[in-house]
Amino acid sequence: MRITCPLCGERDRREFYYKGAALVRPAEGADLDVWHGYVNLRENPAGPLDELWYHEMGCNSWLKVTRDTATHEILAVQLASEAGLGGET
Amino acid sequence: MRFSGWRVLREGLTGNKGWKPHWRDPEPKSEYDVVIIGGGGHGLATAYYLAKEHGITNVAVLEKGYLGGGNVGRNTTIVRANYYLPGNSEFYSHSLKLWEGMEQDLNYNAMMSQRGIINLFHNDGQRDAAVRRGNAIVNQGDDAELLSREQVRKLAPFLNFENNRFPIMGGLMQRRAGTARHDAVAWGYARGADMRGVDLIQNCEVTGIDVEGGKVVGVQTVRGPIRAKKVALAAAGRSGQVAAMAGLTLPVESHVLQAFVSEGLKPIVDHVITFAEGHLYISQSDKGGLVFGSYLDFYSSYAARGNLPMVEHTMETFVAMVPAVSKARLLRSWGGIMDMTPDGSPIIDHSPIDGLYLNCGWCYGGFKATPGSGSVYAHLIATDRPHGAAARFKLDRFRSGAGLMDEEGTGAQHNLH
Repeated sequence: MRITCPLCGERDRREFYYKGAALVRPAEGADLDVWHGYVNLRENPAGPLDELWYHEMGCNSWLKVTRDTATHEILAVQLASEAGLGGET
Repeated sequence: MRFSGWRVLREGLTGNKGWKPHWRDPEPKSEYDVVIIGGGGHGLATAYYLAKEHGITNVAVLEKGYLGGGNVGRNTTIVRANYYLPGNSEFYSHSLKLWEGMEQDLNYNAMMSQRGIINLFHNDGQRDAAVRRGNAIVNQGDDAELLSREQVRKLAPFLNFENNRFPIMGGLMQRRAGTARHDAVAWGYARGADMRGVDLIQNCEVTGIDVEGGKVVGVQTVRGPIRAKKVALAAAGRSGQVAAMAGLTLPVESHVLQAFVSEGLKPIVDHVITFAEGHLYISQSDKGGLVFGSYLDFYSSYAARGNLPMVEHTMETFVAMVPAVSKARLLRSWGGIMDMTPDGSPIIDHSPIDGLYLNCGWCYGGFKATPGSGSVYAHLIATDRPHGAAARFKLDRFRSGAGLMDEEGTGAQHNLH
């Protein structure tokens, strides 16, 4: 599996750390159920999934990667900072 | 049809013409008391114990492929009960006791081999953790033994005792642990359930779960609708998709875990051995192949095959610990789909929908849990109360944060197990 980092180009999977599904971070005072959904619950699809990968051994960027979990095909990559996932900047 | 030494002898002398199929291939009925989704180890064991322990025989097991074609046939066959945390420890203790009587109970040869497991440790911290875990295991009545470096060397002289970075300081041994023939476990439970009247229905994928007024009333399948008073999930890596049919989202991520088998070698590894460096586990099959595995690939996957970095890591760890195998060739590898929970421990509980039960989140520990899972799940389905050995496998522990069972102490978070 190879991921094309927007800053570094196509790189081996070994350079990246996997975080999981790319979910929009709830506001600080959000309801417990909203946080429960963010922290624990997963749609867990067998197909395209938006994920967060960290280019740990490259440019140290967090990336939003759209990847097919059934085939491992990488469908799209963008910088997480430009993906509107919320949280403090 | 009962199996016995006498029967094998007689069949051998008469051309093996008397063997019959081990189970029927029935058409689905229009209604059952209990429908179990998933004909793997856990689903089949659940059906067996429902019939045997609770007298509930109007049961169907619906399997989208063939019986035992999922993770029960894709694991490294290790059976053990050496967990530390309350919740896990009493459950796996219960499960190991069932393993010990399983073959007699099922009248089926599952090749249960209590060859013992040795968890090696390589530094003082790991040794302390092993002592603590061993004491916890002994205190609840199971067996654990602390081995010195020299005791390990006697049992497994082929290990690399000269490794400077990961010296072998000793091991924690559980002699009642071992391996079992994984397919035979599924087949034995299938046969036992079928003999008691359970319908095992293969090639019957569930496409919908019917819920009316907050209560489950049946399922839709590729072979037509089936009404049911109770529906029980046992879909392992596919649990998320099955639960979604009932409108539920689970705290589960499906990951790929690879396993490997070497070419057949002469007997060398007499036990199950795990290395604390790199989480490697090995045993040797009766055919001579070394069966081993290590970590998840650490990304969500339904592909049932992994990537090369984890293959490389596993081989590196193996050769570092057992230099003698460096010339052995790898025969095959494969991947299984693991239903991972945030804390690395399973869920056996009611769902928020009346009459719908959950059994999922086995992470990479599903095989050794097979009899225990079937037994406690059948108890939950039959009585609507959790079995004492599985009372902590609650679904709501993730929402509340109370009662999490993070065996590795890495934090109850999806990407850390």
